[in-house]
Amino acid sequence: MMNSAPSPVLQLRLPLWRSRMMLAFVFAGFMTLVGRAVFLQAWDTDFLQQKGKSRTVRDIEIPAYRGKITDRNGEILASSTPVRSIWAIPDDVKASRDQLRDLARALDLPVDELDKKLGDTDREFVYLKRQLPPEEAEKVAELNLPGVFQQREFRRYYPAGEVAAHVLGFTGMDENGQEGIELAYQQSLAGKNGSRRVVKDRRGNIVEDVAGVQAPREGKDLALSIDSKIQYLAYSQLKQAVELHKAKAGGIVILDVKTGEVLALANLPTFNPNNRNNLTGQQLRNRVLTDSFEPGSVMKPFTISLALDEGKITADSTFQTAPGRYKIGTATISDSHAMGILNVSQIIEKSSNIGTAQIALKLQREDMWNMFNRSGFGTAPQVQFPGAVGGRVRPAKSWRPIEQATMGYGYGLSVSLLQLARGYTIFARDGDIIPVTFQKAEGPAVGTQIIAPQVAHMMRGMLELAAGPHGTAPRAQVMGYRVAGKTGTAHKQEGNGYSHDKYRASFVGFAPVSNPRLVVAVMIDEPSDGRYYGGDVSGPVFSSVMGAALRALGVAPDAPMKPIVLPSAAEQVRENT
Amino acid sequence: MTRLNFVLLAAVLLCALATVTSTHRARLLFADLENEQSRQKQIEVEWRQLQLEQSTWAKHALVEGIAERQLGMHAPDPRRLVFVSPVTSAPVAAAGAPASASASANGAPAVSGPASSGAPAVAQ
Repeated sequence: MMNSAPSPVLQLRLPLWRSRMMLAFVFAGFMTLVGRAVFLQAWDTDFLQQKGKSRTVRDIEIPAYRGKITDRNGEILASSTPVRSIWAIPDDVKASRDQLRDLARALDLPVDELDKKLGDTDREFVYLKRQLPPEEAEKVAELNLPGVFQQREFRRYYPAGEVAAHVLGFTGMDENGQEGIELAYQQSLAGKNGSRRVVKDRRGNIVEDVAGVQAPREGKDLALSIDSKIQYLAYSQLKQAVELHKAKAGGIVILDVKTGEVLALANLPTFNPNNRNNLTGQQLRNRVLTDSFEPGSVMKPFTISLALDEGKITADSTFQTAPGRYKIGTATISDSHAMGILNVSQIIEKSSNIGTAQIALKLQREDMWNMFNRSGFGTAPQVQFPGAVGGRVRPAKSWRPIEQATMGYGYGLSVSLLQLARGYTIFARDGDIIPVTFQKAEGPAVGTQIIAPQVAHMMRGMLELAAGPHGTAPRAQVMGYRVAGKTGTAHKQEGNGYSHDKYRASFVGFAPVSNPRLVVAVMIDEPSDGRYYGGDVSGPVFSSVMGAALRALGVAPDAPMKPIVLPSAAEQVRENT
Repeated sequence: MTRLNFVLLAAVLLCALATVTSTHRARLLFADLENEQSRQKQIEVEWRQLQLEQSTWAKHALVEGIAERQLGMHAPDPRRLVFVSPVTSAPVAAAGAPASASASANGAPAVSGPASSGAPAVAQ
């Protein structure tokens, strides 16, 4: 065959241009392919790669937890757990009656309600049920209904419930702090979701990570200064007293004298942070921090210690308080009953308005204003808590003598209970005031000197008398511990004047006197069972909370274990501020 | 020349197969890792829930209620508390000595330690 004659076809002589043209066609075909390839690779590549990835690559969000809130001993006060919310696109839901009934059962909703929610076809998005536990949400997922979707969320739980509700506050549905510590520390508590880009196979399994994983930033845990044992004590005692005296409201705060930490803070009425339906503003109010009121007699120690500190009076100075009435200009102030000549200790012990007014009038009004201001009244406290009020102390320039006198015993200015408790650290410590904190403190606080240490010691002795058997608050005594403190029974303001039958009974004190550890401030608003004196209403709360808290902290007693001596009803000293 | 080509072809095939197997094994391992990680997450969630449950059961109101109603317990009378100081080790009789009739009736002397140290309270 090799040697056979060539085919006649090959011997045909064709014009050269035909082969050239073929060559040109083939070349043009190749160039088209090359051009297309270049176009796909270079110009259109982004679009194509995106299309490819959209079929396999998925972005997954890695949820970050909101930080836990614990008490000072690590007990959980607030923590988040994952839940799912079920939502639907009403138009897309195609389900038989049976399937709808199953869905309703899985959601624990009446079928009617479900129908109503799904019947609203104008809406593109409707929540069927929010914050379902993961196990129940799984049952919904098993129904595999088109148009029904799930969304991962978190829910915050507060195991202490209403006991610590006002300290902690709460978060909204989207886990943003709305009140209390949750709001104050939102920045550090909130986490930041991370994300990862992965390749998924046909069955939805993750095959590999495409890009580096962006790790979620978990919310920071927060250790509060609160001691949940003392918090519970304070709450339950306050609750008992508010119920016993049929009061409108009440508040209590306990400070550590050495560190300025808030060990407990409770308010009534309160609310359950785990179920916040039908909340009223009254329940939400954190009275200790956000309510300012006219304090009454609890302010007397500040006026008198200033006078002692400036040397305007000595412990032995005496004042004539008979006959129980005293004229300043055109106004008359009075004591609940005439007490004759009193020395400075007795003025505190018996809570004499006339005595305090006479002392206040010896002072320069600017000095008094300074004393109040430096003791933290009239300015919002430096504490990380939303809504903490500063109260009101008018500028000294506008004080008339009668006002200066009444401010001396706590009328004409307003303060919050926390400010009072903090102010009393001056007497519980050696004349210095410390900042308060809701965060667990590392060491002792550094104070600012307000009065001389000797004056603070003197005042401690006087306040111990006031909380003694012959003072205005014998019921504040604690067996085994020496306590000191001052009552306040302030008429509430109503319109332009003072109400005759509405009072605010308060008591602020500290113990043990030999080396004070705790300041407890109690305020009960409008006790209405007949008794309304600070010593009768708030004193017993102070006594039981203080005693139990000191024992819980393992503070050694500094007084003999003798039953408390209470004066007979006739002997009992009353005050009227 | 041809032999070399065959050797190279074999090498390329081998490499290709090796890549396939190692990718496959990597994916299997990755799947395991995924599983373990999701298990870790699940356990974390469970731990959180258990922590919450623990705090709920340890609620002071609940403990107090059970102690009082079911177990008939009550807080000891302060007069029957003995404060021991960790420094002096032996309880030092102080102001409280003659204090309580009920305590001595039990044969338990009521004593209190020095006020200087934060001594733990011991109920007798």
